[in-house]
Amino acid sequence: MVDVMESDKSSEEAFAYTPGLKVKRSMTVTKERRLPLLGNILVKEGDTVSYDDIVAETEVPGDPELVKVTSILGVDVDEVYDFLFKREGDKVQAGEVLGQYKMFFGLINREVTSPIDGEIESISKLTGQVILRPDPIPVDVNAYIPGKIVGIMPREGVTIETQAAFIQGILGLGGEAHGELRIVVDTPDEELTADRISEEDKGYILIGGSLITLEAFKRAVEIGAAGLVAGGMNYTDVTSIMGEAIGVAITGHEELGTTLIITEGFGKMNMSNRTFSLLKSFEGRVAAINGATQIRAGVLRPEIIIPHKEEQGAEEELTAGMTSGTPVRIIREPNFGVIGAVVRLPVELQRVESGSKVRVLVVRLDDGTEVTVPRANVEIIEE
Amino acid sequence: MATLKRTPEEMRFILVTDVGSTTTKARFFSNESGEWRFVVAGEAPTTVEAPYEDVTMGVQNAVREVEELTGHKILMPDGSGIIVPHEGDSGVDLYCTTSSAGGGLQMMVGGFIKRITAESANRAALGAGAIVMDVFAEDDGRPPYRKIRRIRSLRPDMILVAGGTDGGDRTHVIQLIELIKASDPKPRLGVSYHLPLVYAGNKDVRSNVKDLLSENFALEIVDNLRPVLEVENTEPARRAVHELFMEHVMSHAPGYPRLMKWTAVDIMPTPAGEGMAIQLIADTFKKNTIGVGLGGATTNVYSVVDGRFVRSVSANLGMSYSVCNVMKEAGIHNIIRWLPFDRDEEDIGKRLSNKMIRPTTIPQTLEELIIEHSVAREALRLGLVHHKSIATRLKGAKLGEAFLRDSIFDQELEETYIDMLRLEVIAGTGGLLSHAPDRIQSMMIITDAWQPEGVTWMFQDSVFMMPHLGVLSTVYRDAAWNIFDKDCLVRLGTCIAPRGTASIGSNIMKISWQTPDGIDYEETVKAGEIKRIKLSEGVEVDATIEPARGMDIGAEPGQTLETKVMGGIGGIILDGRGRPLQLPDEAEKRMSLLREWLSAVEMYPEELISRIY
Repeated sequence: MVDVMESDKSSEEAFAYTPGLKVKRSMTVTKERRLPLLGNILVKEGDTVSYDDIVAETEVPGDPELVKVTSILGVDVDEVYDFLFKREGDKVQAGEVLGQYKMFFGLINREVTSPIDGEIESISKLTGQVILRPDPIPVDVNAYIPGKIVGIMPREGVTIETQAAFIQGILGLGGEAHGELRIVVDTPDEELTADRISEEDKGYILIGGSLITLEAFKRAVEIGAAGLVAGGMNYTDVTSIMGEAIGVAITGHEELGTTLIITEGFGKMNMSNRTFSLLKSFEGRVAAINGATQIRAGVLRPEIIIPHKEEQGAEEELTAGMTSGTPVRIIREPNFGVIGAVVRLPVELQRVESGSKVRVLVVRLDDGTEVTVPRANVEIIEE
Repeated sequence: MATLKRTPEEMRFILVTDVGSTTTKARFFSNESGEWRFVVAGEAPTTVEAPYEDVTMGVQNAVREVEELTGHKILMPDGSGIIVPHEGDSGVDLYCTTSSAGGGLQMMVGGFIKRITAESANRAALGAGAIVMDVFAEDDGRPPYRKIRRIRSLRPDMILVAGGTDGGDRTHVIQLIELIKASDPKPRLGVSYHLPLVYAGNKDVRSNVKDLLSENFALEIVDNLRPVLEVENTEPARRAVHELFMEHVMSHAPGYPRLMKWTAVDIMPTPAGEGMAIQLIADTFKKNTIGVGLGGATTNVYSVVDGRFVRSVSANLGMSYSVCNVMKEAGIHNIIRWLPFDRDEEDIGKRLSNKMIRPTTIPQTLEELIIEHSVAREALRLGLVHHKSIATRLKGAKLGEAFLRDSIFDQELEETYIDMLRLEVIAGTGGLLSHAPDRIQSMMIITDAWQPEGVTWMFQDSVFMMPHLGVLSTVYRDAAWNIFDKDCLVRLGTCIAPRGTASIGSNIMKISWQTPDGIDYEETVKAGEIKRIKLSEGVEVDATIEPARGMDIGAEPGQTLETKVMGGIGGIILDGRGRPLQLPDEAEKRMSLLREWLSAVEMYPEELISRIY
């Protein structure tokens, strides 16, 4: 697999190019909850909130409608005002007559009506276009996670903080949800199949092992489960759920009914032992989940947040270095998904089977064998 | 923005970076030996996203790697920037950068008529290095409410609006402006500033445009980009886009206000830098040129044909973030058709979707490399299809008499003027092409995907520095060209492929030349076969190519062509596989043919690839 270009030289530390996914038992989780437009904040700093509490609200102006009065009535731009009954600021209803053009004792009778309920925003003297604006749509933002309000962005949003276990998945579908955690498999290599889901799982977040089957997803939606979490899903099943193949990994807006999170990758992939045992230790607790993923700008990963009061571990470091002993996961063939620990970080470039000369590292796998892997093909397991 | 501390003639060290969406790439140049040369590269992950949210950190990390490799001090000790000018073993005389981090420059463009002014506005925005999110026009088939919804949901960095020739239609142009005003679009990078908008339409409605938009937009009015139907004048709009990009967009991106203070010239969008490099090639060789930047997220294609420069960007065709979109748009079967071994759709779908969610991984095995090369062919193929839809003759313009003589009806004319037989140079850049373990691989990937016709010289970026040299060329063209020629531009060789098809096994062309040491060389090519002839880099020979009847090598079908053939790392590819290239439908036959071709050009090590079969 690897050209042997033996070298005694090893670098002490290397900076991981692939950010590891967080699997943390206890940390301070901070969430910004922002309005899409400026609005009102309904809480104050120091308040305690729960999942569904509304923390901010606003009104989003509706999409305007343009009415070409000149062509409908057959009049010139400078005559538009004369034939309209309504003026800027007037409220109108759908179907209501806005203006009329009558000629030859009513033989020619043209009317222009409002296509929507709303208000006349403007009447253009340049084009004769009337712009109608529908009533604004109220938009609420809830807390999503329970915790304390630690910051207010005036008219924009709030920051909520909570103590929680925090687990990032690799890809999700569907948006925010919350529910009690229930483990439906015994080991992380077992599949989450439809027969493991019953009517009693309504509102729960169900944790499986290696694979969420398409039937399991359909069953979960049918009974109203809040979420499904497991190691992997088949590419074709994801295509079937989305109704089309995924092009770029920007998800979270799908309205599926049940939020899906995979923690390892596509295909049948055992959930890592750490993730599985962490989730298992919190069975019965309520968790907030979000499938939203954006891999390009933003590097947003799906998340599982399990609020609890346990003490927090060491503070998080900003730059994650890789050194001898660092636990890593191999994230590309061969040995995709396998977990091990860094043994050496040779300085020199080495030629791998593909012919490329790249920086590599030597990883000792759980069964004791050592493999050489391009550095780009591992991710640090953040503890 | 700083000013130049030294004149180009006084400079000794230059540092240029490209802040990419994934990686920040620093390139260090010097003229210590009396001529400008590339010295060393340093790379580090881009830090535009949380938790860093400051691009200068990634720039410093990449530059630190340059410092470690050269022992030359470049960074200010307190982290406040780059040491300029140089003094002894520290500092550089010029620092400049390109950037595509955080999604680059995302624009929306509009015009009155889709195929006339909106299309010209689209070309102007693309030429400025933007990703065009949507093109709207009066006649684009969408009712106003749908256009409004789209404009409101997109959140672009900037809008470019054209419409009407000077002295032409006023009402429809104002209607379009009213529609934009009613939509009240918000900029992508924050709600607290005005969205930049460039107006490049009918000059007679400028005052109306000002009245309607100046309150809510950062409005810039420039010369009409279609003053008359026969003329497309994109330069003023392109310049305005660049200025607004610096002034309004970059200044709101994380860390950019700091980076802008470090650089001596304006930060340029990466594709604009890349485009300049391709223009530099066309300009130097005086040949019709087409180039491609095959990136992780996007594919940019640039062409210079008869002096006209056009760029297209396929925003979601790429080798990492967008790899699944290539699969989606091309269809998995089209990726599989390039594989010389048998793999099913689920397997390929799984591998590529795993690459998408872990985009920075690289192929370790030959099998994975070959799969990526298959995807690359399809990304390039689709990128060229897209480019052809942008590189079109001016619609609406009156056709010349010569045109009309050949074609009675307007509709019969080919939309695009991109004709592979008329393109004489192809140049490639981007991670997959630049990092291919063997240069013949990138030469063949481009050949299979684009199917060059006639005699085509092929070049490639050595270590990804075309954007760097593009931005450098705006300040110091001579230095940029010298580095470009000596260290950046790898001569892959020449592809010779007659246009046309013939029955398998029949002779389709004969080629002869004399090597520089006086040896006569002659080769005959049969239909269906491909040959690779070694001819070293730096060697050019005068060749005579005689195509068979009906086959066209660039001098009319069946006519002999006397031309210069350029040697290179890949050598000469004599491609008799036919244009268009057809692959058998039956899997076994197709794989067997592919193996034959791969082996003929020595694309992959034989002992390794035979293990995968």
